[in-house]
Amino acid sequence: MANRRQFLKLSTIGIGGMTVGLGACKYIDDFTEIKNNPDELTINLTRTPTYCEVCFWKCAGWVYKTKDGHIWKIIGNDEDQHSNGRFCPRGTGGVGMYYDEDRLKTPLIRTGKRGEFKFREASWDEALDLVAENMKKISAEHGAECIALLTHGSGGKFFGDTLKAFGSTNIAAPSYAQCRGPREVAFTNTFGEGIGSPERTDIRDTKCLVLIGSHLGENMHNGQVQEMSAAIDKGATIITVDPRFSVAAGKSKYWLPIKPATDLALLLAWIHVIIYEEWYDKRYVEKYTFGFDYLKEHVRTMTPEWAYGKTTIQPDIIRKTAKEMANASPAVIIHPGRHVTWYGDDTQRLRAVAILNALLGSWGRRGGFYAPSKLSVPSYPHPEFPKPARTWRDAFPGKYNLADETLASGVCDATIPSIDRSCNFKMWIVNGTNLINTLPDTAKTLEAIDALDFIVVVDTMPMEIVSYADVVLPECTYLERYDAIRVSPHRKPAIALRMPAVEPKYNTKPAWWIAKQLAEKLGLGHFVPYDNIEEMLNWQLKEVGSSLEEMQKIGVKTYEREWDDLYFTENEDVEFFTNTGKIELYSSSFVEQGFDAMPNYTEHPQPPEGFYRLNYGRAPMHTFSRTANNANLTDLMEENVLWVNPKVASLWNLENAQPVWLINQDGIVSSFPIKVRITERIRWDSVYMVHGFGHAQKQLTRCYGKGASDTQLISNVMEDPIMGGTGMRGNFVSFLTEKPEEAIL
Amino acid sequence: MRYAMAIDTKKCVGCSDCVIACQTENNVPIGYCRDWIVEVTDGTYPQLEMEIRSERCNHCDNSPCVRCCPTGASHIVEGGIVLVTPNECIGCGACIASCPYDARYPHPDGHVDKCTFCVHRVEKGQQPACVGVCPTNCLYFGDLDDPKSEVSEILKTRKYKTLIPQAGTEPQLYFLI
Repeated sequence: MANRRQFLKLSTIGIGGMTVGLGACKYIDDFTEIKNNPDELTINLTRTPTYCEVCFWKCAGWVYKTKDGHIWKIIGNDEDQHSNGRFCPRGTGGVGMYYDEDRLKTPLIRTGKRGEFKFREASWDEALDLVAENMKKISAEHGAECIALLTHGSGGKFFGDTLKAFGSTNIAAPSYAQCRGPREVAFTNTFGEGIGSPERTDIRDTKCLVLIGSHLGENMHNGQVQEMSAAIDKGATIITVDPRFSVAAGKSKYWLPIKPATDLALLLAWIHVIIYEEWYDKRYVEKYTFGFDYLKEHVRTMTPEWAYGKTTIQPDIIRKTAKEMANASPAVIIHPGRHVTWYGDDTQRLRAVAILNALLGSWGRRGGFYAPSKLSVPSYPHPEFPKPARTWRDAFPGKYNLADETLASGVCDATIPSIDRSCNFKMWIVNGTNLINTLPDTAKTLEAIDALDFIVVVDTMPMEIVSYADVVLPECTYLERYDAIRVSPHRKPAIALRMPAVEPKYNTKPAWWIAKQLAEKLGLGHFVPYDNIEEMLNWQLKEVGSSLEEMQKIGVKTYEREWDDLYFTENEDVEFFTNTGKIELYSSSFVEQGFDAMPNYTEHPQPPEGFYRLNYGRAPMHTFSRTANNANLTDLMEENVLWVNPKVASLWNLENAQPVWLINQDGIVSSFPIKVRITERIRWDSVYMVHGFGHAQKQLTRCYGKGASDTQLISNVMEDPIMGGTGMRGNFVSFLTEKPEEAIL
Repeated sequence: MRYAMAIDTKKCVGCSDCVIACQTENNVPIGYCRDWIVEVTDGTYPQLEMEIRSERCNHCDNSPCVRCCPTGASHIVEGGIVLVTPNECIGCGACIASCPYDARYPHPDGHVDKCTFCVHRVEKGQQPACVGVCPTNCLYFGDLDDPKSEVSEILKTRKYKTLIPQAGTEPQLYFLI
């Protein structure tokens, strides 16, 4: 047995040939006491509805529980448009979050220095009193708006409401400025509407799907992967642009192995070809768009030959792929991607993506982009929130005017004391986001934390950020709590319920309870005028023709669309929410703000001799660093590996599975070694690793020191001047084969 | 009746959902698995091809594991499903050695374990857990003797291969290529 599993483990990093994607062996016999025979399991089973919290696709499903009260399995809800009854591996393994013995178990108050993870246990009352006391003190001395909430999870809704009641609207999620922000700004300033989540891409019915650095299949956003598979079944053409031979590239008719950081040149050349070959949708462009003549002149010289020298993609391939898109038009999707903060000109790159879609007439058309519909669910009645004296924007006069959400990195910057700002942030409430592994430039994050008067962390796990907390509030997992109703935009409007499958383990509490207790201690109980969340949910559900009782039975309720407007009708007159009321090929709002109205290619630095561009991405069985300690998911993948091209490996005498440390362009060394995977699937000028590993928190016993952290090596941040996105793909690393002094292991 | 599975390598993304769904459904201990993912890459950058396969017991018509079992613990039930009766298994490992697909492993409780095609679900008219969960819908399960079953239909229209056919085991996993 050990031999076979050892073999499997080693071969995950095998050269070419066969590689087997399974993790190492750990038999944890006390993990659950469920009997071996599945027949016995099915006696007196109960099931409760939930929606998943392992990633932010939020698939709705059922939690099955045995008669002994053990969670047996989590299965998708057939009625759910996000999952169609099929959970992804992370959702299927979500139960590992509940059983994780490393969980935060009781409120903690710091006794050591920040970062030391020295705490004493406290009661909920004492911990929350301390939080409330500090909030009041900071409010009195600096103003309530000097408190920020950084959140990435369902609990954010409740903490956000308490904070708004207290007088601050500074609520930021790193999913904006560190992830999808540029695409939202680019599409909003082209079509008048953003992309949102789940993405409004009609992949199911597309004839041509173009992925630019987007690795669907490895990025396991469930509905999109399902639809890509359905599109493959229907014979859709997939074109993948990626310096790495991704899984999606392996499914593609065309894989364009682009030189990293040159994507915008390719996009502009495609725009050139489609305009000058007159392959664009003429009626659509004439009826709906603004600025076509400007655009035509703008891209006049941006020929495939011009792009070839930059991208290394052959001109005839650029023309052929443009023709494929045009043939499929309007059922074509140039996918806007999701994590798009790469090089600092990301909003402009995504503008090129939006423009290309507009030329091909895919916005508002079947097989392109549909109009999602979302149910309007009223909030439980509460007094109006006070108007905050200031917001985060006041810290950046004249900057980021086009950002439509709060920048987590902006909050971090504005926390570091500076003479130009009247108020720096003095307190953070951090919920469900491990900022140490989320925000680039860790040194800056630590400088900001150091400057805080107070920091509260609400989490389920002892992540790195927890060690810096003054007060730690242990949240129970999504399997143990109610949360807000999931109201998401989709082809049909729908709601989903999350309810507890089991009682909270240890002395943990749901976010709604913690936020309500805190509001009461702040004298703001009237903003949370319900006794328990069931009462609030039932009131809301009755407003939309359902009830808590009904939703507990069905989990998901799908409504019919009010209007039959999934796509534009033939020749429909459409008013777009832009300055001109048209799709803006020439962006009037960018010009107003002093930015280029149409995208221009900028050359980005390439790696110096002996260094390789650090690319990073996702694995289907993990969500960032939040799943790294989940026993079920580490069983599928317990560490990340470093993809190295065979030519590079031979130059450095690297062998498969050899541990190496990495040093970046600023001399930052990885704390832990990462094993080399020699593979043809990566270009010779870059290396690749899955994000979310290399944890340095010892309390995470399963993932401590496993693999390397890409975030640690991202010290060069290329900021997007338009919306403040943090471009993270301009970092270069080299190999260290002997353990350097700075390394921990 | 002849149960079989078809696996569409053109759609499989190798996400391992089949692996974890099997582990939870069948309570396979952490660190062990009844199904697994194989990824094969051929060529030199940038001329590359990749095949991804979700693999498990082939439930062979001519099963060496059943023939070599000294106690009769390994046996074949209706529909050709190869099973192991845990309390008849002495854990000798002969079947593990005989299987060309490395589909069996010694369970920490002392017996040999493997894929059952989720016979407990199939008996109730449900699909195996891996088939039911697969986000790419790349797994097809059914009765080859029924020409209208999903698996029969797909094998009529698509090219396929089996693994190590030269072993002569008559495997019943069909990989669509």
